[in-house]
Amino acid sequence: MPKPKVIIIRTAGTNCDMETEQAFLLAGAKPSRVHINKLVSGQESLKAYDILAIPGGFSYGDDIASGKVLANELRYELCDQIREFAGAGKPVIGICNGFQVLVKAGLLPGFDIIDQGLQATLSFNDSAKFEDRWIYLKPVKSKCLWTKGVNKVITLPVAHGEGKFIPKDRKVLDRLKKNGQIVLQYTDEKGRPAKYPANPNGSVENIAGICNPAGNVFGLMPHPERHLSSYNHPRHTRLKLPETGDGLPLFKNAVEHVKSRSKHV
Amino acid sequence: MKDNISLINILEQDDDQLLATSRKNLLALNLQEMKVIQDYFSELGRNPTDVELETLAQTWSEHCKHKTLRGVIEYSWRSADGRWQTETIDNLLKQTIMKSTAKLNLPWCLSVFKDNAGVIDFEKDMALAFKVETHNHPSALEPYGGAGTGIGGVIRDILGVGLGAKPVMNTDVFCFGPPETPFSAIGDTVLHPKRIAKGVVAGVRDYGNRMGIPTCNGAVIFDESFIYNPLVFCGTVGIMPKKYIEKEVRPGDLVLAVGGRTGRDGIHGATFSSIELDEDTEISAVQIGNPIIEKKVTDTLLMARDRGLYRAVTDCGAGGFSSAVGELGEKCGARVYLDKAPLKYQGLLPWEIWISESQERMVLAIQPDNLENILKIFNDENVEATVIGEFTDTKKLELMYQGEKVASLDMDFLHDGVPRYTRKASWKPAKYEEPDDRWQMTDGRKISLGKILNKILAHPSVASKEWIIRQYDHEVQGGSIIKPLTGVTNDGPSDAAVSRPDLGSWAGFAVANGINPRYGLIDPYWMTASAVDEALRNITVVGGDISKTALLDNFCWGNPDKEEQLGGIVRAAKACSDAALGYGTPFISGKDSLNNEYSLAGKSLSIMGTMLISAISVVRDVRKCITMDLKRSGNAIYLLGETKAELGGSFYYALTGHIGNSVPKVDFTRARALMLSLGKAIGKGLVASAHDLSEGGLAVSASEMSFAGGLGMEIQMTDIRCQMTENEKSDSNILFSESNSRFLVEVEPKNIKAFERALKGQPFARIGKVRKDKVLQIKGLDGKIVLKENIAGLKESWQKTLRW
Repeated sequence: MPKPKVIIIRTAGTNCDMETEQAFLLAGAKPSRVHINKLVSGQESLKAYDILAIPGGFSYGDDIASGKVLANELRYELCDQIREFAGAGKPVIGICNGFQVLVKAGLLPGFDIIDQGLQATLSFNDSAKFEDRWIYLKPVKSKCLWTKGVNKVITLPVAHGEGKFIPKDRKVLDRLKKNGQIVLQYTDEKGRPAKYPANPNGSVENIAGICNPAGNVFGLMPHPERHLSSYNHPRHTRLKLPETGDGLPLFKNAVEHVKSRSKHV
Repeated sequence: MKDNISLINILEQDDDQLLATSRKNLLALNLQEMKVIQDYFSELGRNPTDVELETLAQTWSEHCKHKTLRGVIEYSWRSADGRWQTETIDNLLKQTIMKSTAKLNLPWCLSVFKDNAGVIDFEKDMALAFKVETHNHPSALEPYGGAGTGIGGVIRDILGVGLGAKPVMNTDVFCFGPPETPFSAIGDTVLHPKRIAKGVVAGVRDYGNRMGIPTCNGAVIFDESFIYNPLVFCGTVGIMPKKYIEKEVRPGDLVLAVGGRTGRDGIHGATFSSIELDEDTEISAVQIGNPIIEKKVTDTLLMARDRGLYRAVTDCGAGGFSSAVGELGEKCGARVYLDKAPLKYQGLLPWEIWISESQERMVLAIQPDNLENILKIFNDENVEATVIGEFTDTKKLELMYQGEKVASLDMDFLHDGVPRYTRKASWKPAKYEEPDDRWQMTDGRKISLGKILNKILAHPSVASKEWIIRQYDHEVQGGSIIKPLTGVTNDGPSDAAVSRPDLGSWAGFAVANGINPRYGLIDPYWMTASAVDEALRNITVVGGDISKTALLDNFCWGNPDKEEQLGGIVRAAKACSDAALGYGTPFISGKDSLNNEYSLAGKSLSIMGTMLISAISVVRDVRKCITMDLKRSGNAIYLLGETKAELGGSFYYALTGHIGNSVPKVDFTRARALMLSLGKAIGKGLVASAHDLSEGGLAVSASEMSFAGGLGMEIQMTDIRCQMTENEKSDSNILFSESNSRFLVEVEPKNIKAFERALKGQPFARIGKVRKDKVLQIKGLDGKIVLKENIAGLKESWQKTLRW
């Protein structure tokens, strides 16, 4: 099949679109960076794409709340397209600000594809400031197609001020667990639960990333697109590392997923 | 004439009145300049409008014209033998820094000293642009906004170099007053140093992070000298195709204003930065930033560039439209309709529109044919773009407002009419008290070397800047290779940052800086030479190549009308020139910020003259870069370079409040040879880790390598190459000397032979090894252990000070 087509949605304040594009290139896809205005005006349509990514940054300056304005554009201006895309099981990823957008748009946890009210949020870090650091993540057994086959502790950088994952209530948390929607948790190097700074923001149950019940929509605060090569690793001068970084397999999974699905059709 | 335009009646004014006019309108023009303006207008037979006078004031400001450094200086100095000598310097910059670059005549210097940034060759068809600016006065008044617009401004310099470059890294260097300064010591008209520090960091954080540019390098100096005038240096690296380095403007091109709207913020920024601050300085001179607008401008501008839709671009910085249009139209002429400029709100006077320094604005010269296409690019992404005038062939600057001509000035007069004047400068060596028994630190009791080391590590200038660094996104864009924090737990102090701007290539660049203003108290010449050496040491130890390294200068001094202030500037400029030639590292751009003084109760408080040297090096293969953390026990430790009794201005002396006189000097030729040899050894993979010796000397450098690597180290002082008299030779002098051009290097046993061969002919000695236990142990000149410290304790001393 031809290379899967990826739409990387960008807008004012998006700033990780280039490296996200590079990640999909390396993963064997055909990525395009598309401004949200083109979707809203109808010049572009999600129908033409196989994978959707919302990269990191400060969309619209994170005014009102992080990711909120772009979330509303998705939710209200592109409602049908988004519902169809996510509902069809096509891979969707939101990284950092993109995760905030997916949560605030109701695509995550996505109990009803697009949730009516906010079921969770990403709030200010417990440290009350923006922080950039490399952290360890343990993959949790989940339905997420993006982390398929990832079963060892991985390391990725985080860089955010509002990344504390908080489910709306106990019921939502239980539901996330029951559905296998918790994908990544902050841990120490050995995969054990750990406190700040291993958990960089104070997220409930160390949750770093979640997916929707079907496992195709995935959001995470850490940046897999910043660890594509082992030379991004903060200790590459000390360690013997495999050529590729821990972030690349996530993108490859989505690309493989699209490829294998098209084979079955 | 409309009532929002006024004629300033200067034709009839006498000297006192002219000066009063300048002062009243915050023009910062001196009498000589006012008289030249008076003559110009009497020839025209009319008085200037307020717009005209303001235009001249902005264009002629020290900030924009660098009148001091480009003027005539009568320089006298007293040499070491006590004789006074004199020299007349016609254009200091041209005679020193720019001359050395011309002399070096390196083919990889593509654009120097003429555009918004310096540009060097990178790889294939790409070039790197680099610029470091200061934003001192605004940051003193409003730290958050001042620093934010400082970084915003230097990013626009990169967007406005040639036809525009893509920003790929930021570097920020700050000088603040001591964070623990008591409130009672500072009076109530300035902000507390800690508040300034926090505000500045937050400003840089919020602007840089939102722009999506990694901030990977920096330094922070704390000294009482900066209580009243903090220094905020903001730098940006950009990447651009070489074919976009040049710009041109042709008559008939349209003047397109792109980005932010014009408001009343930042009025008189250029002139206000050219005078000293006092209690009454108005805060409205500080601009209000909005990084998201600048990000949108960046995205769309580079798209328009790649489609060839404009012929020239520059940013609105100091002086706003006045400087931007004035510069672009210098050779041909320009006509601008001020009422067409989009405003933030109504009520601005024409002259305010013209000189406002509102942020996030770029000015483009476009062919009329391209208008529709370029507007579409901007409109598609909600970026405001408006034609506000056209370039002409009249060689005049003409400004219109609501159909009326409100200014008409000859471009020649505007750009070349400023009178050059002669200033006096003088310098004589300072003489400071030498500390006699440095072991007697307090109340007559001897303090151990270990304690002294811990104290130096805890000095805020030396201490870990992790609290600051972590608030900057240094990973965005995905190209980060050598990070600001490094080591086994990612918290050791990196020497330089390395990044690759193109994720499809392994070519990258290293950025480093050198700054140590305390040396300047003794001699600005050696302060500057030391700063160059430090920047190049930092480049070398990560695997950069000093034979492909370019430099930027940033002068920050007090009032240059004072002979001794200007004398220091002359000394520093001469050092820049000598160092550039000696190392073979050209200066490609620079900046001066003078008048860093604060007037308090009739007394002028000046900063100590401070030179920041920033360096950028092309790194052919970033995979060969190394870090400064110790790697493995059993590895050999080498000290490269000569250790001399150079403790003048050192942190060791500072502990007892001393300055001393033996400032660290540099032998440029030998330093260059050593750096090239070490660079080659690193390139061959023979070096496990390397760190330069700077503040706190050998003891601090060894500590940092140890706790960054989580491994101990042992050193025998008897093995160290010293150039000291028997009298000077002491454990403390060797441990804390800040002699330049020295490196601590870790080598694996299997590489020892090859490493020593690579360093043949250079001064080096094997002085110890890496230990498995977590202890730093140093044997003194008598062979006995004189320092034995747990590295966890050293690290805690180093980290606790700025753990805010």
